[in-house]
Amino acid sequence: MEKPWQPLTQEHAKSMSAHLGVYQISNAAHDVVYIGYAGGRSLWGLRGALQAQLAERGEGFNFRVEVNHQYLSRWEELLKIHKGDHGTVPSGNESHRPRRIGQLSLS
Amino acid sequence: MDLELSDEQRMLVEQVRRFVRQEVDPLEADLDPDASELSAEDHERLVGITTSMGLYQMDVPEEFGGAGLDVMTRTLLAMEMSQHRAGLYTPCYGTFGSMGLAQLYDANDDQKDRYLYPTLRGEKRGFFGLTEPSGGSDPARAIQTRAVQDGDDWVINGQKIFISGADRADFGLVFARTSPDKGRAGVTCFIIDTDMPGFHVRRIVHTLRSTHYATELQFEDLRVPSENILGQVDGGFGIANERLTRNRIPYAASCLGVAMRAQDMAIEYVKIRETFGDLLATRQTIQNMIIDNELDIRTARWLTLAAAHKADQGEPFRTEAAMAKIAATEAGGRVVDRAMQIHGGYGVTKEFPFERWFREMRIRRIGEGPNEVQRLIIARDLIGGAFH
Repeated sequence: MEKPWQPLTQEHAKSMSAHLGVYQISNAAHDVVYIGYAGGRSLWGLRGALQAQLAERGEGFNFRVEVNHQYLSRWEELLKIHKGDHGTVPSGNESHRPRRIGQLSLS
Repeated sequence: MDLELSDEQRMLVEQVRRFVRQEVDPLEADLDPDASELSAEDHERLVGITTSMGLYQMDVPEEFGGAGLDVMTRTLLAMEMSQHRAGLYTPCYGTFGSMGLAQLYDANDDQKDRYLYPTLRGEKRGFFGLTEPSGGSDPARAIQTRAVQDGDDWVINGQKIFISGADRADFGLVFARTSPDKGRAGVTCFIIDTDMPGFHVRRIVHTLRSTHYATELQFEDLRVPSENILGQVDGGFGIANERLTRNRIPYAASCLGVAMRAQDMAIEYVKIRETFGDLLATRQTIQNMIIDNELDIRTARWLTLAAAHKADQGEPFRTEAAMAKIAATEAGGRVVDRAMQIHGGYGVTKEFPFERWFREMRIRRIGEGPNEVQRLIIARDLIGGAFH
């Protein structure tokens, strides 16, 4: 995902659309700490998902999003890419991830 | 053909229908509408139930510990197992187990020890690598991945596309050309380990399905020992072709299951939904949709069961399987489309399963050999190969 990072604040989260899609949360150093998706059961799509992240984490984090109806396969792809780059999934995904992540050979 | 179900078939169908309604349906109320896996706890609990039903690993041949079902019974169960939101591609979320790659039952003892038995124990996963960027419907000509012998090893170079599960697999069956001038008689099946140097999953191929994506593979000087050849050198085409024909019957049956569930939901809905002061059920245009659905379902079901019956008789069933595949995938698409139309705006929301079925059913006319190729197979059998 190469969208620009935005600060995870109430103002920025509220400005998001309610579309389905995927998002990443990073710390202040822009290390990805969580990869999530707003799926078909989300009440307010990406906006709601980011507001929930803000409520859980507080400020001091960043986010970026991608509107995508193939949110589940894209979510898994982002997890695989992260695992390929870092050898593991983001810390926040240890308890929220598919049962098996798989591999991608990134060239 | 006698289509009267035996007592045992009736009981099994009832059992599986109850399992879908009582165990699978309620879980889907909380899952993402596109989900294709259950939590580990729910999966384990449901496997416990299918095991107690004696149907876990039902596709595994009896001599390897499976249920030993005939094709007819298996087809009837496939029609039940797909009757839920994720059912078309993930019937009951895999809680009836997996037979693994069918070709491995014909592997030699060493290969069975290394690949088949670990798969049956749930320790390993495999993928089936046939289709290439140059085509998938005509593997005899389209396969350009090359395997060249080098001492006791073979060195594979090439690409595969639309391969399911390769990114999560421990091994795979890869079809490669070993004799360039021999057409279909020049293809060999290799068992490759995904941790072998030179094996790459280059990308995920996103499709209409939000889960169960495909992958694109690349082999760069992938060195495979000769003992990993499945069957004979240049004997791969038969292995690939046999699987494709056999798979068409359950493939058709699962489309029918979804169509049957969509029709049930449509009938239920027209009896409660009012427009302009009367129930939808009283509108002739709606009645016609319900009738057309039923015609589609019954026609395709006959063809599918006829194919299953012929397979059980040990007779050639290539034409029947192709007819079942065409009829069920096309009927399934029409039935889901009409059920969606009957449900109006709700039909296209993610609150109902129709939109997922609609997307996934579209793929079925292409998967397991496009319907145009099935027609080619039927024509070849009816008219004769000399005219093709």
